[in-house]
Amino acid sequence: MITRRDFLKYTLKGAAGLAVPVAALEIAAPGKLFAGKYDPSGVRWVFLVDTLKCVGCGLCVKACKLENEIPYDANVTRTWVERYVLTKDGRVSADTPKGARDGFLTEKVELGQGKYRDIKKEEIEKAFFVPKLCNQCQNPPCVQVCPVGATYQTPDGVVLIDRKWCIGCGYCIMACPYGVRFFHPVYHVAEKCNFCYHRITKGMNTACVDACPFGARKIGNMKDPNDPVAKIIASERVGVLKEEYGTKPQVYYIGLSKEVR
Amino acid sequence: MVHGEAWTLKELFVYPNEYIYWSVQIVMYPFMTGLVAGAFVLSSLYHVFGIKQLKDMARFSLVFSFALLLVAPVPLQLHLQQPLRGINVFMTPHFTSAIAAFGIVFSTYAAIVASELWFVYRRYFIETVLSLRGKADKGFFEKIRQGIFSLLTLGSYDVSEKALKADEKAVKILAGVGIPVACFLHGYAGFIFGSVKANALWMTPLMPVIFIMSAIVSGIALCMLTYIAVMEIRKFLVSSRRQALSRPQAREELKGAEIQVISITAKYLLLFLVFAISLELLDLVFRGYTAVKSWDVLRSVIYGRDFFDIFILQYGVGNLVPLMLFLVPGLTIKRAVVGTLLVLFGVFMMRWNVVIGGQSFSLTFAGYMHYHLPIVPHNLETFKEGLGGALTVAAMPFFLFWIMNKIFPVFGYNK
Repeated sequence: MITRRDFLKYTLKGAAGLAVPVAALEIAAPGKLFAGKYDPSGVRWVFLVDTLKCVGCGLCVKACKLENEIPYDANVTRTWVERYVLTKDGRVSADTPKGARDGFLTEKVELGQGKYRDIKKEEIEKAFFVPKLCNQCQNPPCVQVCPVGATYQTPDGVVLIDRKWCIGCGYCIMACPYGVRFFHPVYHVAEKCNFCYHRITKGMNTACVDACPFGARKIGNMKDPNDPVAKIIASERVGVLKEEYGTKPQVYYIGLSKEVR
Repeated sequence: MVHGEAWTLKELFVYPNEYIYWSVQIVMYPFMTGLVAGAFVLSSLYHVFGIKQLKDMARFSLVFSFALLLVAPVPLQLHLQQPLRGINVFMTPHFTSAIAAFGIVFSTYAAIVASELWFVYRRYFIETVLSLRGKADKGFFEKIRQGIFSLLTLGSYDVSEKALKADEKAVKILAGVGIPVACFLHGYAGFIFGSVKANALWMTPLMPVIFIMSAIVSGIALCMLTYIAVMEIRKFLVSSRRQALSRPQAREELKGAEIQVISITAKYLLLFLVFAISLELLDLVFRGYTAVKSWDVLRSVIYGRDFFDIFILQYGVGNLVPLMLFLVPGLTIKRAVVGTLLVLFGVFMMRWNVVIGGQSFSLTFAGYMHYHLPIVPHNLETFKEGLGGALTVAAMPFFLFWIMNKIFPVFGYNK
């Protein structure tokens, strides 16, 4: 009969023996699993928005929805355009009806629940449009809070989501100060703008950049000193959104105003 | 339809993707873990600090804590968009996330409570098995019963004086270790919210402490309430059975809830209630005094939109009224029942005001969102994240307690 001492001995030996082949396995980080020839080193994707050029046509939103298969009529979107109207009485009104997918069809500012504010032209002090998208933060709070590591930062700085691993807890949605994340209506996992990663890694532009008729949106590589976008960010006066959260956002804005939220 | 759209009403300037993503199940989650932690701390007061008056309550609250513990992950599971992937948290925990620690903290705590229960009931298991073994003609259910209890003894049949002493010591140690773990389990639930820097209402280092204090308050209140209810039901059952058989009533069996036990427990409840209220008010005062960027929108939510929920329901009905009920001398069972019910309601409202209140304003600080709790479900989602789902979660611990009471009898078994 086997003694307790022997039993423990054999158990330990067995476990140790099993550990040897297990050690040969490597747990691969999702960021490492790159397919194809694209080399992410030497690349840091950044985005430049020239708000002075934006007219709020919404073609970028439309293109994004089609390119990235976000159901067209669903009230969520990877990118959107905001309209800000400042009146002479100092009030700020802002809206983004359906994310400006169809542009801004009326001069009235949407107040939600079917209400609108009618603003007379002579009351307006200034008005402008601001396109929004994921900031692909250098210090992304969404990646920090994901309990399973389903959202991660690639070496070239883009934050991606693994649709096969996301549990749909919504913690990343809560953690994003920019409100860019949402649940995909079809896949039921977290979703957001990824700078059209499938396009930019093949040398193409993002869908929204290609769709913008006014050149208000540009994508570039911050690590390339000859990149025109990198040059503008380095040499001109640009701003970022919600710097106070310490997320180090990588979408830069020309003509940002203090009213922008 | 987009997740969250069914119960969210937007007003003024709100980002297009913003909805109330964390709904009533996320209110239930800290509420339930709070009850677990509170019930455990109550039972430890007897086991660790030797507060003799709580002896009856201690065993009861330990078993109840275990029943609650098994329900605590259910609301999380119900709110996941991919419920079948919930297990991923255990498989690839991403430790920079507060939720990732859930698996480890929860399992540790469950192991502690389970082993403490085992040590408390070890002697009972052995006695049950031995008495069943001695029986000559066993029925089918008795055979199953014997099997279950033999398994529960884990092969240990030592009931010598020395072994029982060792049991007691083990219980004491486990109860002692359990207190910080229970606090951690719940404090970390507070950390999940307190560490979200994007949410102006949630982000405060006080959040975990506030959560622990209100957790203990709610746990004690629920244990008192259930204790009273169970004792009174038993009294009623015993007396009606006696009457049916027209036998003289044995006094011992007729015992209802003891006011002594209740008033002692109420003192601890008051103590923690005062702590909880002080911390919450400190948080509120501090926010108003420092008045950072988000204060304008927070003020409009706290003193405007959610005024009734926060100041009338939570602080008034849920804190102030029970505080007075328990402070007035000459506590009666009826008053204790009303008081504990209100305390439970107050803690629930506190969770509600944190979870839902934190999402009732937009990240733009220039818009609002209203949560409309789905009452009549029209699909699985509106059931899960509506009144039905919340009530299901609330009822589960009582059902589990009823089952567990058959294995770990809380009453009628005395050493």
